[in-house]
Amino acid sequence: MKSDIKLLENGKRLDGRKLDEIRPIKIDVGVLHRAEGSCYLEWGGNKVLAAVYGPREAVPRHTQNPLRAIVNARYNMAAFSVDDRKRPGPDRRSREISKVISEALEKIIILEKYPRAAIDVNIEILDAEAGTRCAGLTAAAVALVDAGIPMKDIPVACAAGKIEGQVVLDLGKEEDNFGQADLPIAISPRTGEILLLQMDGHLTQDEFDQALNLAIKGCNIVSELQKKAIMNKYQKKEGN
Amino acid sequence: MTITPVIKREYIQNLAKNGKREDGRKFDEYRDIQIETNVISKAEGSAKVKIGNTQVITGIKIDVGEPYPDSPNQGVMTTAAELIPMASPDFESGPPREDAIELARVVDRGIRESEIIDVEKLCIEEGEKVWIIFIDIHILDYDGNLFDAASLASLAALMTTKVPAERFEFGKDYPLPLKEPPVSCTSVKFNDTIVIDPSLDEEEIAEARLTVATDDKGDIRAMQKGLNGSFTVDEIKKVIKSSVDNGKKIREQLYKSVGK
Amino acid sequence: MNKETREIVIPSQLLGNIKENKAGSGTYIENGKIFSEVLGVLNKNSNYINVVPLKGIYEPFEKDFIIGTVIEAMSSAWLVDINAAYPALLHVNEVPWDVEFGETEKYLNTGDSVMAKVLSVDQEKKLQVTLKDRNLYKIKNGIIIDVQPSKVPRIIGKKGSMISLLKKYTKCRILVGQNGRIWIDGEYKGIKRVIEIIKLIEKESLTYGLTNKIEDLLKKESKDVH
Repeated sequence: MKSDIKLLENGKRLDGRKLDEIRPIKIDVGVLHRAEGSCYLEWGGNKVLAAVYGPREAVPRHTQNPLRAIVNARYNMAAFSVDDRKRPGPDRRSREISKVISEALEKIIILEKYPRAAIDVNIEILDAEAGTRCAGLTAAAVALVDAGIPMKDIPVACAAGKIEGQVVLDLGKEEDNFGQADLPIAISPRTGEILLLQMDGHLTQDEFDQALNLAIKGCNIVSELQKKAIMNKYQKKEGN
Repeated sequence: MTITPVIKREYIQNLAKNGKREDGRKFDEYRDIQIETNVISKAEGSAKVKIGNTQVITGIKIDVGEPYPDSPNQGVMTTAAELIPMASPDFESGPPREDAIELARVVDRGIRESEIIDVEKLCIEEGEKVWIIFIDIHILDYDGNLFDAASLASLAALMTTKVPAERFEFGKDYPLPLKEPPVSCTSVKFNDTIVIDPSLDEEEIAEARLTVATDDKGDIRAMQKGLNGSFTVDEIKKVIKSSVDNGKKIREQLYKSVGK
Repeated sequence: MNKETREIVIPSQLLGNIKENKAGSGTYIENGKIFSEVLGVLNKNSNYINVVPLKGIYEPFEKDFIIGTVIEAMSSAWLVDINAAYPALLHVNEVPWDVEFGETEKYLNTGDSVMAKVLSVDQEKKLQVTLKDRNLYKIKNGIIIDVQPSKVPRIIGKKGSMISLLKKYTKCRILVGQNGRIWIDGEYKGIKRVIEIIKLIEKESLTYGLTNKIEDLLKKESKDVH
């Protein structure tokens, strides 16, 4: 997309961020009454709500796996979350994102503990501003911890990209629209394993290395924020 | 499906015989109501309402479109409700169930028939261009009484909506022209007890439900009976009185939250 | 409560290694190292490491006393919800009544509550429960509330100390299911008090000296009433 917006000026981005700086993030744990685990997350202009039910018997029966649980992550954007109202209901983009998030979570949740069961993860994007799938997975991870689902690690996601020939961390709205590449990833912070990776745009192999390293760095920063939010909720309850 | 244990049903009924409700409220008392407006930056208007633990967000989106052929000088208004799976272990994803449809239509009627949105003021070019108002209700947490929470969230959202005239180059943004809103109050009946603002448990054992929307003069603007039980005429009159009284209190809180 | 470490740990946190410790529940092993798999309280005594989750569904074990709700009456068994990841089966051979084929509804129907015991948990986590025991039966009165299964030990207390306190001061009958379901019967005021106190215990389960605090609260209430 062509535009006369200058995304970079004197090494500073449109919103004043440095090249390797992420947008402000706020995380609240356990915000819903019915869901077993939940998380409300703000990331830049993104507002995301994630909720977990399960493990519970998987239905319909033919979806049951006799050896382990299945993960049903459902990513959905609210009709009012975007500039042009979106028709309610899943579209192909939402279904693809749901699939890659489910797969990322399946690697990290200890599924063998619950044969024939399903772990249902709901991700609602209430306000969208670039990077919703990363915000969504990050919130889902916290909701899973809140629900007491056994996991090997707390997965986290972050994106890097390229704007005006420069690799930057955590694309904002205009950068996503008018930039040259977008690389969202999710990792298991303890081992550094990549659980989710998508890329579109144009990167040389060298630029890809830069972008990947930057995205991993971003993931680690966000991971600390997840852990802080989780501990904050229970810190006050701890006896002294 | 979550099953309501028989002894819970009996417990609530026995409490009711002694004039008590499970959470200690009076029969005509609401749970704590919280209203927050302008919660979604992408929407032209938005509000989040909590009644007890029930949580609903309504977002208003406005676009320009063609009017209906039989009303060429009127704006268009459409309401949709999503009972998203996170709100309850019993909600599944998929096409809207009949409760979602009934919910959307009842809220829609409450707004449309009471004419709080002056649709003739939403005409840009007769027969060609009008403002289209999308009211999208997102149920986030279901703990009883979705009707009132959804209706209140929709009203609060509409009352803080700005018509995005600048984006379409029709002049400056301006607040959506509205008249005095009616407030909806829902009651349910089980055995011979009638309670207002049913909790989840009370809804699960309810035989009949009555929603009454009243305006600032105490007049009735919309009504809907639901479920397959019945009301006596006397009971309906009692519900109307309770709805008018509570409607008044809720209206005050609504005005305060939108800065009136 | 002895001075165990009341440390809260999160998934992926390193807790020890298999050379020096035995890995218990709530942990997983990778490359000889022991990690936490849930958000919970770390228990590290002698050389056993386990993590008690703060939240989570009930994990059924044979002989657990549980409170269930009947989901469906089938021809020679009932399906019972016991707050686990799966519903449990109650076979007609496992009830104290002589049930004819197809007559299950006469004895237990959808919505009925039962005091039961977990009979078996197989490899595929298929669950069976039984009513065949003197203290197991169909529940006729009272109410049932839900709490986090992980808080059940705290609500019962050491050697039943907490639950005895509650029963004494509220004059209610209370039975605690391992599956996080608690049955209460008594006067309205007493039941309300029990529910309040149990919710408080759930919230402050990690606080030291909770039993004393609760006892003081209960004593004070009785004084106010008289």
